[in-house]
Amino acid sequence: MKRRQLLATAALGLSMAFGGAALAQDKTKACFVYVGPIGDGGWTFQHHQGALDVQKTFGDKVEIAWQENVPEGADAERVLTQMALGGCDIIFTTSFGYMDATNAVAKKFPNVKFEHATGFKREAPNVSTYNARFYEGRAVQGHIAGKMTKSNKIGYIGSFPIPEVVMGINSYYLHAKKVNPDVELSVVWAFTWFDPAKEADAAKALIDQGVDVIASHTDSTAPLAEAAKTGGKVIGFGQASDMADYKPSPRVSSIIDNWGPYYVKRVGALLDGTYAQADAWEGIAGGEVLIGEITDAIPADVKAEAEALRDSIGAGTYHPFTGPINKQDGSPWLAEGATAPDGDLLGMNFYVEGISGEIPK
Amino acid sequence: MLRLEKRPTPSVFWSRATPVLAVALTMIAGSVMFAVLGKNPFEAIRTIFWDPLFGEFAWYLRGQLLVKAGPLVLIAVGLSLGFRAGIWNIGAEGQYIMGAVIGAAVGLAVYPTENRLIFPVMIVAGALGGWAWAMIPAILKTRFNTNEILVSLMLVYVAQTILAMASTGFLRNPEGAGFPGSRNFSSYPAAANPELIAGSGLHWGGVAALATVVAAYVLLQRHILGFQIKLAGQAPRAARYAGVKPERLVLFCMGVAGALAGMAGLFEVTGPAGQISIDFNVGYGFTAIIVAFLGRLNPIGILLAGLLMALTYIGGEMASTNLGLPSAAIQAFQGMLLFFLLACDLLTNFRIRLAQVEAR
Repeated sequence: MKRRQLLATAALGLSMAFGGAALAQDKTKACFVYVGPIGDGGWTFQHHQGALDVQKTFGDKVEIAWQENVPEGADAERVLTQMALGGCDIIFTTSFGYMDATNAVAKKFPNVKFEHATGFKREAPNVSTYNARFYEGRAVQGHIAGKMTKSNKIGYIGSFPIPEVVMGINSYYLHAKKVNPDVELSVVWAFTWFDPAKEADAAKALIDQGVDVIASHTDSTAPLAEAAKTGGKVIGFGQASDMADYKPSPRVSSIIDNWGPYYVKRVGALLDGTYAQADAWEGIAGGEVLIGEITDAIPADVKAEAEALRDSIGAGTYHPFTGPINKQDGSPWLAEGATAPDGDLLGMNFYVEGISGEIPK
Repeated sequence: MLRLEKRPTPSVFWSRATPVLAVALTMIAGSVMFAVLGKNPFEAIRTIFWDPLFGEFAWYLRGQLLVKAGPLVLIAVGLSLGFRAGIWNIGAEGQYIMGAVIGAAVGLAVYPTENRLIFPVMIVAGALGGWAWAMIPAILKTRFNTNEILVSLMLVYVAQTILAMASTGFLRNPEGAGFPGSRNFSSYPAAANPELIAGSGLHWGGVAALATVVAAYVLLQRHILGFQIKLAGQAPRAARYAGVKPERLVLFCMGVAGALAGMAGLFEVTGPAGQISIDFNVGYGFTAIIVAFLGRLNPIGILLAGLLMALTYIGGEMASTNLGLPSAAIQAFQGMLLFFLLACDLLTNFRIRLAQVEAR
């Protein structure tokens, strides 16, 4: 076993030594692996916008390449290997499920930099991770949801029960509850990042339960399309991308993932030789999370409050997880005035008090 | 004017020639599509069909062909037996998932015991898992005459839900900080399915696929059961007079297909995939249906068809990354292959005649 791995590594190393000379090129090649199609209008679309920013910023000095619709698993490992062999100098893997593949391939190609979005494993020195504090945006959405719901039932379409998603649900609920103590939250798990049919089904299920504000953690515009069919009764939010086509309603605001600044920073660091392993987690303050325009479908006073909330989070004067907060089972999590440490957030596997239902186990 | 005339017996020549013709036509139509997209069609075709075999990185990609073709061939051979007998198992994807889940569960149950017997027992468990999942539509068909196409297909979605439960629940890695996904088999040697020769891409799944091709060939050519399968598909009534029991044939064909799909799932989860995860299945069970027909439901044909299909996947990925082709164009290209194959199949059963012949 050990010996086999060693041989495999040696074989790869050798070929790189030979291949490396032939491949020597002045252009730095930045490569991107996408879990969905660029045309998803959400998550992957935004990552690709970031990739295009890199091209625009550095022009001739950088070449970009990408691959869409890469399944998470064995195929990801092959695509990453092909990219590394194909001369990519830095590879951004833009979905949580690429975590093991990214680390496995990174160990075989120590000279290629790997950047994994939303993961936590950095098993080799050439693997960095990056993420955005989306829960900050969820706080703003929760505030709007709590104010706007007439049925007092709000919904959330979860993708996978991972900490990233759970913290979004908790933040959304806490801020809705704060302005509307009667609010009830329903969560539907779609178990996919991108599947318009499943996302639409999830939205339908929520609407059938009487939910009139829907937030989603999946990548397509399908939930908004379902909300649009209700003739203004149900509102929702743009997710990952602005989804401006659904303005002014049902899309009343949005969380926009803005990856461009990070991608430009990292590729720039690679170009000028200052690149170092990192674990980046920026939010509204760093410009990675943008709150899309709050439309006129929202009353002016609610809009002003939501913007004030956004600005206080951006200024660092307010943390969306500020105690007292209890866990779902009633046990205390954060004491009065305490804010959540990042470690707690990154491993979050519990609902806060007041949310009914269970996280799928 | 052209006229179609049914052949008295299917043409052996065209049955062999249509796959080649279909590939050629796909290349031509694909080139047109690539050209319309503004890419150099010759470069695109070369990247898809030539580079993975003889290009700069062929030493790596040839092995990956085996990784990709192994499960396709294993599943397609099983499906082809049923298809020949007119038994339509469309749910191999579900059987593949269940094989992986059951087999992985057996391995993870004894973690971290080291014993030479663990992996073979897991293979048997995987085969049983797929077999049992296929027995549901099979028994429903023989007992209640339900439609096996619908039942087996619907069971794929049930299996996917069980897979999600497994990766977030009963098989979740207890040391994974609450994240979904099982332990990775690459760090559990007794249950792992690594490459047999480093860099070759060949793991036990590939070996099993080759063995299955040989076994299926022998079954169909030399064994009475193979004769019965062929007879049931070609002349169901004659088959009854010849003493073929249709119920037994359904149970056998569905069972073999399920067991092989389950084994494919087990080899994949312990090898290339490494772990049970929510997105573990990537459609091998469905693609294998195309492979089975592309290979003329013939074991050797399936072997070649599986390799060809793998080539379009891997070459397609390269074309996508290197030439910036959208992944949808690659999928359309693969779709053309099946389209042209079915269209050319007309030549096997029909003769094209000029209308003048009729006037005579």
